[in-house]
Amino acid sequence: MGKMIRVGMADLNVCSSPDALTTLGLGSCVGIVLYDSTTKIAGMAHVMLPDSTRIRSNENVAKFADTGIDELVRRLEKMGVPKKRLVAKIAGGAQMFAFSSENSMLCVGKRNVEATKEKLKSLDIRIISEDTGDSYGRTIEFYPENGNLLIKTVGKEEKII
Amino acid sequence: MSSQNQYEGLNELDNMHYDILREVGNIGAGNATTALSQLINTKIDMTVPKVELLDFTALADVVGSAEKIVVGILLNLSGDVDGMMMFMMEFSSAKNIVNQLMGKAEKDLAAFTELELSALKEIGNIIAGAYLSALSSLTNLNIVESVPYMSIDMAGAILSVPAIAFGELGDKALLIESEFNQTEEESVNGFFILIPTEKSYETILSSLGM
Repeated sequence: MGKMIRVGMADLNVCSSPDALTTLGLGSCVGIVLYDSTTKIAGMAHVMLPDSTRIRSNENVAKFADTGIDELVRRLEKMGVPKKRLVAKIAGGAQMFAFSSENSMLCVGKRNVEATKEKLKSLDIRIISEDTGDSYGRTIEFYPENGNLLIKTVGKEEKII
Repeated sequence: MSSQNQYEGLNELDNMHYDILREVGNIGAGNATTALSQLINTKIDMTVPKVELLDFTALADVVGSAEKIVVGILLNLSGDVDGMMMFMMEFSSAKNIVNQLMGKAEKDLAAFTELELSALKEIGNIIAGAYLSALSSLTNLNIVESVPYMSIDMAGAILSVPAIAFGELGDKALLIESEFNQTEEESVNGFFILIPTEKSYETILSSLGM
C-alpha cells in the first residue's frame, strides 16, 4: 500500500502509483482527477470557484476551475505525462442547501461543474466518468494503480466511478 | 478614532477589531444560548467566542474533521448587513436537543423523522434569530434574515458554502465562533458562524464607532 495524499480545499497535488489521492467533504466544490493509465500518474484538484478572471484576489490558482486545471496539467507534464494522454474524472458540485432563489452565488456548485467541463473540453481532455450535482457531500479517493475513483457519501453505499 | 484602527480589509484587522468582533459574537451567542436554554428548559454554558482569520484548508478542522456529520442551518442576511449566518451542531447534539424538546427520555440516535427535521429547522431559526436580533440591537443596523435552510452532511461539504462566499474575496475566512455546552451528561454543543460580506464588516465595525 502506498501513501494517501490529502488534498485540501482550494488545493491540488499529484502522485504516482502506489500512492493515492483524497479530498474530504466536497460540497459545492469540485474534485477533478486527471490521470494517465500507462504511467499510473495522477493529479487531483479541489476547486471552489468557476472563473479566476471574475475575482479580484486570484493568487491561489488551485481555487478556480480554470487556473486549477491548467496548473494540474502543468504539474503532470513536469512529471513526464503529456497532456494528450490525460483523461479526467470529476465529482462534487452539489447544492448543499435547498435555496429557493436563483441567486448565482448560491448555485455555485452547478457553475463549478459547468466551468470544469468547459475548461477540460478546451484542453481536449476527455471526462470518462463523473458524479456531480445533487445535494450531498462527497469524500473521494483516487487510486492511480487501477484508475478507480471511490466516492463516499453519508448514508449511502460507497461507489466507484 | 486614531487612523491606526481604521478598517482596511480582512487582512488588516488589528487586535481592537478582533476584540469588537469577539464582543459581537459574545452578545449574539449569549442571546441565542438563552433562547435555546429556555426552549429545552435546561442550563447551557457558553464559551468565550473565538475570532479567527483562517485559511480555507483549516476551516473544517474547527469542527474536528471534514468528514464529521453535522447539522448546518443557514440563513441569508440582507438589509444593512449582507452575508450568511450559520449555526452548526454535531449530529448527536442535534439529536439530544430534539429528544429533549419532544420529551423523549431514551437515548435515540436513529435518523431524524420528518417531524423532528422540521422541529430542528425551527430550533435553528429561533437560535439564529436570537443571535441576529442581539447583533441588530447592538449595532442599530437593520438585518433581514431569510427562511432557514438546513443540511445534514459532512462538515467539509456544509462549510464549503460559506467558504465559497469568502473565496470570492480572498484566501481566508473570518470566523466568529461561539461554542455552547450543556452542563449535564447529555452534551449539546454547537457553533455559530457569522459570515458578513467584506463590505458588511465595514458596516458592522463602523456602526460600533470604528
